[in-house]
Amino acid sequence: MDTREKDIENLKDYKYGFTTDIENIKAPKGLNENVIKFISNIKKEPKWMLDFRLKAYERLKHLKEPNWQKPKYPKIDYQNLYYYSAPKSMKDKPKSLDELDPKLLETYKKLGIPLQEQARLNGIAVDAVFDSVSVATTFKGELTKHGIIFCSISEAIQKHPELVRKYLGSVIPITDHFFATLNSAVFTDGSFVYIPEGVKCPMELSTYFRINASETGQFERTLIIADKGSYVSYLEGCTAPMRDENQLHAANVELIALDDAEIKYSTVQNWYPGDENGKGGIYNFVTKRGLCKGKNSKISWTQVETGSAITWKYPSCILKGDNSIGEFYSIAITNNHQKADTGTKMIHLGKNTKSKIISKGISAGFSDMTYRGLVDINSKAKNSSNYTQCDSLLMGNKCGAHTVPYIKNKNSDSNIAHEATTSKISEEQLHYCQQRGLNPEEAVGLIVNGFCKEVLQQLPMEFAVEAQKLVGISLEGSVG
Amino acid sequence: MNEQLQSDFDKIVKVSKISKEETKIKKEFLNKFIKSGFPNRKQEDWKFLDISQIIKKNINGLSFFNDYSQSNEIDTSIFVNNLEHNKIIFINGRIEKIDFDHEDQNKIEISDDTKKDIPFDYENSLIDLNSALNNKVLKISIKKNYSLKKPLIIYHSTNDKINSTNINLRLDFELGKNSCLKLIDYFTNNTAKNFINIFYNFNLEKDSILKNYKIDKFRNNNLKYFFNNIEQENNSVSETFILSAGSDYFKNEINCNLNGEYSSAFINGFFSLKENQQHEIRTTIKHLVENTKSYQLIKSVLGKNSKSAYQGRIFVNSKAQKTDGYQLSKAILLDETSEFNAKPELEIYADDVKCSHGSASGSLDENSIFYLMSRGLNYQQSKELLINGFLLDVVEKITDSEIRNLIKDIIGLKE
Repeated sequence: MDTREKDIENLKDYKYGFTTDIENIKAPKGLNENVIKFISNIKKEPKWMLDFRLKAYERLKHLKEPNWQKPKYPKIDYQNLYYYSAPKSMKDKPKSLDELDPKLLETYKKLGIPLQEQARLNGIAVDAVFDSVSVATTFKGELTKHGIIFCSISEAIQKHPELVRKYLGSVIPITDHFFATLNSAVFTDGSFVYIPEGVKCPMELSTYFRINASETGQFERTLIIADKGSYVSYLEGCTAPMRDENQLHAANVELIALDDAEIKYSTVQNWYPGDENGKGGIYNFVTKRGLCKGKNSKISWTQVETGSAITWKYPSCILKGDNSIGEFYSIAITNNHQKADTGTKMIHLGKNTKSKIISKGISAGFSDMTYRGLVDINSKAKNSSNYTQCDSLLMGNKCGAHTVPYIKNKNSDSNIAHEATTSKISEEQLHYCQQRGLNPEEAVGLIVNGFCKEVLQQLPMEFAVEAQKLVGISLEGSVG
Repeated sequence: MNEQLQSDFDKIVKVSKISKEETKIKKEFLNKFIKSGFPNRKQEDWKFLDISQIIKKNINGLSFFNDYSQSNEIDTSIFVNNLEHNKIIFINGRIEKIDFDHEDQNKIEISDDTKKDIPFDYENSLIDLNSALNNKVLKISIKKNYSLKKPLIIYHSTNDKINSTNINLRLDFELGKNSCLKLIDYFTNNTAKNFINIFYNFNLEKDSILKNYKIDKFRNNNLKYFFNNIEQENNSVSETFILSAGSDYFKNEINCNLNGEYSSAFINGFFSLKENQQHEIRTTIKHLVENTKSYQLIKSVLGKNSKSAYQGRIFVNSKAQKTDGYQLSKAILLDETSEFNAKPELEIYADDVKCSHGSASGSLDENSIFYLMSRGLNYQQSKELLINGFLLDVVEKITDSEIRNLIKDIIGLKE
């Protein structure tokens, strides 16, 4: 067996599917004011934060769950969920990694995310989120030297309230859509990043999300602020145990880039996708939005979506500052009974704004893939341009691939170009590869990797290797 | 509005002497319409241009009563001169003349006793409105192996007898095996503000060919909605061309079902809009069996304060392997106030298909203008020449050379 086959053999089953047996503190089941107060209380939040949550909850009562998406799912009983679950050992936050529950350390080690800093060679600072709380953040010392704040959002609420208060909810207002508002009311933890003026973050920042407890929704909240002239590259990874039930993950991610700042946000999403028959898996309903607030700012989203039973998200850019740039690179792979409805929104408000969308969708098995995107060029966004390319690859005739772009051009000086193709791997391509000694699976892997290359290139090195493997594995068994 | 609708409906039943049975069917449609009202932007298909708002804004007190018992005088000046053709003339929604002089009368059958049901699933309250209020539904059947010698022109005109009125019209076409029909819908220019709601239903049998050209060129203040449903059997071909330029509001909707193998559908058209015009084309092409083909090309030239929208949907069933689908929309925005919206949609459930779409919008290319101006044309001339070329591309797609030349004449395009 060569190494590749071994890799596949090892990874064929969802290897992150284990559960960690750990004692939890949970909020009472259900969604009501008391639960929100409970969450706020246990996190020792200031009053303004509680008010923020309650305001969102008030609003939520008037909102209906959206229903326009392509993948339909059985109704979620929001009263039958735990909105807060945390390892007991986290009740009083450990001061250093040495005090951290060894079980948690073990879990992250198993996931390949060692939290001990000395074990980390490639210099990525990690914030690890376990169910509802952030358990550890590494490399704090190094980052503080540069004045960078990288901590859990709960900590930021305590220590940097002025920043959180100013920016939280400024990109995704609490009155947004149903899931975003739900998140605003009950969010538990997530990461907070602040890069001060003129600082180029010396290492990749990363958050690792893990759902462990059952019947729990994970509502994480991430806020990244890049001050004038700064740069940050942020990575996000996710896994969950294998369960028969469907678990909800409704996160809000807000990015703010001020003058000349750049944020690069990469996601490798590998939530548990459910079994071959489509049982179980995560509902990944995430709101991600970036605001290019200042001049010459840039936000770039890169995502590799291979997990989740249903993925429903549109990482977006609001290009408000003049000359700002928004980019979106995506690979979405669905196999078995997975469903994905994903894409982006590029809202051009400032002059000379540019955006680029590259989306690659691959569907196999019984799955359904939809690209849905909006390009909106406002009448004031003079001289703006957009380029969109979305390609889909189909494997088998039981799956579907759909493209639903919305294009609105209200400015005569602006250009929008959109292209989309749908095809399958041609016999010629396969034949060519096989002729040169590759077996069919390898040939498909090679072709698919070529198909995805434009997006994979955008990922930071370590992630790209991981993602490339993931692409191969997700499609395992769909050829033939 | 509903009371008005109700009383106008009763008035129509009284004047037109509609049978009890028919009244009952019509009443059902009416109730369905009253329940949903005019479509609005909350409905996905009406997202870009909200007809309920447009009607409210443009027509004060829309009347639904239309007296079909009175005949109208035909104004012969509206006729197309340099093309021999058969005629059907509608004035104020009433059929004034049917003339198939150029054809073998045995090969064409015209009847008005068609069943009034709708042969397909729909969620469209305007079809309900049409079915409740239309006058006679004519069915035109072309017998098998017969190709019409001359094109049929349907004149849609209104006179100054009516204003702020809703006109509903429905025609059914049955094209027998190996038959051919060239159909031109010709809208004339009148200034009254009416809401015209037209519904065509085509049935194309094996090997038949339909060529439908809709010409709305002359500036008028009407609001129009035109729905085509096309059912296609094996090896049939439908070609639709839409010239959308005259009315204040015009929405063309085409629903085409490719039910038979080797059938193909072509939809081409352009918008040429000025002051406050709002036009839309929405197409749905369903590839339901193997080896079918569709091609769409829509272009827009948008002047001051105008708005165009194109929603194109290609649906490919899991059985429909070897489908070939193509969709392209292009727009030139001439003014800061013009707006272009597009939603080219692909919905694909089969893997051995070739489907692609593209959309591009922007201003006229400065380099091209510079090139022309450096060769002695002035700015205006250069602009016109470029737009001319841009639109000519679509007109060239018309397969019938006689009609292509006619359309070129009408819009003054030069080669």
